[in-house]
Amino acid sequence: MGMTLSEKIFRSHLKDEPFPGTKVLDIDVVMCHEITTPIAVNDLVSRGKDRVFNPEKIKVVIDHVTPAKDTKTALQGKILRDWARRQGIKDFFDIGRNGVCHAIFPEKGFIRPGYTVIMGDSHTCTHGAFGAFAAGVGTTDLEVGILKGVCAFREPRTIRIDINGALPDGVYAKDVILRIIKELTVKGATDCVIEFHGDVVKNMSMESRMTLCNMAIEAGGTSGVCMPDEVTVDYLWPFISAEYKDKAAAVEDFRKWWSDDDCRYERRLSLDVTGMEPQVTYGFKPDEVKGVTEMAGTPVDQVYIGSCTNGRIEDLRVAAAYLKGRTISPLVRGVLSPATPKIFRQADDEGLIRIFMDAGFCVTNPTCGACLGMSNGVIAPGEVCASTTNRNFNGRMGKGGMVHLMSPAVAAVTAIEGKIADPRKYGKGGAV
Amino acid sequence: MKDFGGKVLFLDRSDINTDEIIPAKYLTEISKEALKQHMLEDLKLEGFEPDAPAVRDARVIVTRSNFGCGSSREHAPWVFEVNDINVVIASSFARIFRQNMFNCGMLAIELSEADIDSLFGHAGGDASVSVDFKKNSLTISSEKGSRTLAYRISEFDKALVEAGGWVGFADAKY
Ligand code: SF4
Repeated sequence: MGMTLSEKIFRSHLKDEPFPGTKVLDIDVVMCHEITTPIAVNDLVSRGKDRVFNPEKIKVVIDHVTPAKDTKTALQGKILRDWARRQGIKDFFDIGRNGVCHAIFPEKGFIRPGYTVIMGDSHTCTHGAFGAFAAGVGTTDLEVGILKGVCAFREPRTIRIDINGALPDGVYAKDVILRIIKELTVKGATDCVIEFHGDVVKNMSMESRMTLCNMAIEAGGTSGVCMPDEVTVDYLWPFISAEYKDKAAAVEDFRKWWSDDDCRYERRLSLDVTGMEPQVTYGFKPDEVKGVTEMAGTPVDQVYIGSCTNGRIEDLRVAAAYLKGRTISPLVRGVLSPATPKIFRQADDEGLIRIFMDAGFCVTNPTCGACLGMSNGVIAPGEVCASTTNRNFNGRMGKGGMVHLMSPAVAAVTAIEGKIADPRKYGKGGAV
Repeated sequence: MKDFGGKVLFLDRSDINTDEIIPAKYLTEISKEALKQHMLEDLKLEGFEPDAPAVRDARVIVTRSNFGCGSSREHAPWVFEVNDINVVIASSFARIFRQNMFNCGMLAIELSEADIDSLFGHAGGDASVSVDFKKNSLTISSEKGSRTLAYRISEFDKALVEAGGWVGFADAKY
């Protein structure tokens, strides 16, 4: 019997099996941000165990509230900053160089196929796009990860989803994953890894694959996973070129992580995206999803483009194509948070920042921003935000507010019209 | 080990997420105690009042499926812990929340939907649950009578509860 990608990673990283079914894995990368890590650091200090297992394998960023908004968030940043310096953690990204964790860490080449990755953040599943086992954990797991470099898991089962067909104009990875979450429901993938296969995935950029994997947790999934291939190697090449004689050799090597043809899947689904509509959420759960035609006309007060789901360069290009030469509705506040400084600079070089600003968008520094309603971009009770983020939970972006999740394309045309709108009527990539 | 048992708070809804248990705006706190007042503040449940005495006096939560979905924030179990709620009983949990509970030495007990229904049969008045940790069973009692149910728990989860959480367990072993 063959093995799935995750089973192979579990086998290669197994440190201990203290009880049947409980696997303690060696962890390759422990990632930290300022919301969930400071309490772990304080606890280690109070236990007299202010140490780290390996400063090279710990990556740290301040991203959720940056610049700090008050004394409390300044203190969270300070605890993290002081700790990173004290422990000699070189990969620490502070203001001016910081960006959303799940965008900046891949961009720095920290994630590789076959790695085990944990972070005190549920969207750590994003990094499975590289063919890694990447799982969100709580602060206690994070604390043990920092101290010992290990984490315990039940071996996850795997759900395989084959995505085939032709993606219509105006339909993107975000629409695909929203459609899948609708199918799986918010608990359909609990204790499972979701493997994404099929031609659509094969043809996707790493950015789009990250968008897919990012929302695996919204179906309860431990991680989303794509098989590492040429696209993965192209993305990682600047970081791995010394290790391989050419790209083909890297592709060949990464193939060892692929799920075997005769592996066991918990469940298999297939999705034909031909003719699929852009997708939008309507309720307070990410599986409450409808086609955009049904949602069109819903008035919104704010449009947010950004986050670890859709704040990457590709997303900014898509949105800018619709916004170019147009202005957003005077009834809407448009907010863009490019996910990292590199993305910000690239968008600037390509003239995209100017397009957003000319259209009437406010452009913030790279940060989680409005996504979780704890720094900027909070909405008032009764207000509605059209958002490219990943969660529409009650109160997520501000008490009493409503969030509709959608792609950057839908968000851009929604900003123009002041109500949820269909990007397809704007022609190919907005070029009407 | 922590105290497991006491008055029950019934939350009759599935998919209660961690943003509802403790909203993100309180994640700027760096002590568990500071969370105490904000438990279940954004819960979307008809008639639910986070400040009601029944909520404040609760020691055990009984709820439906996929409890604790969403964010990985351990602030969710912590806000229960500082309110002396060390047991949550549901028909299923989100993975990270469930692990966080055991990592803190708390109990996340999974029962069948039929068993959960029978617990909800005691809702409406004063109900309390006691847990026999050694025997893997719990007893619910109210004016409607009492009933004992067995639950399943893995050896690992049991060891975590006995060790007072994952830090103690891992530090001793690895
Ligand atoms: S962008 Fe939103 S979902 Fe992503 S890490 Fe930041 S707060 Fe979490």
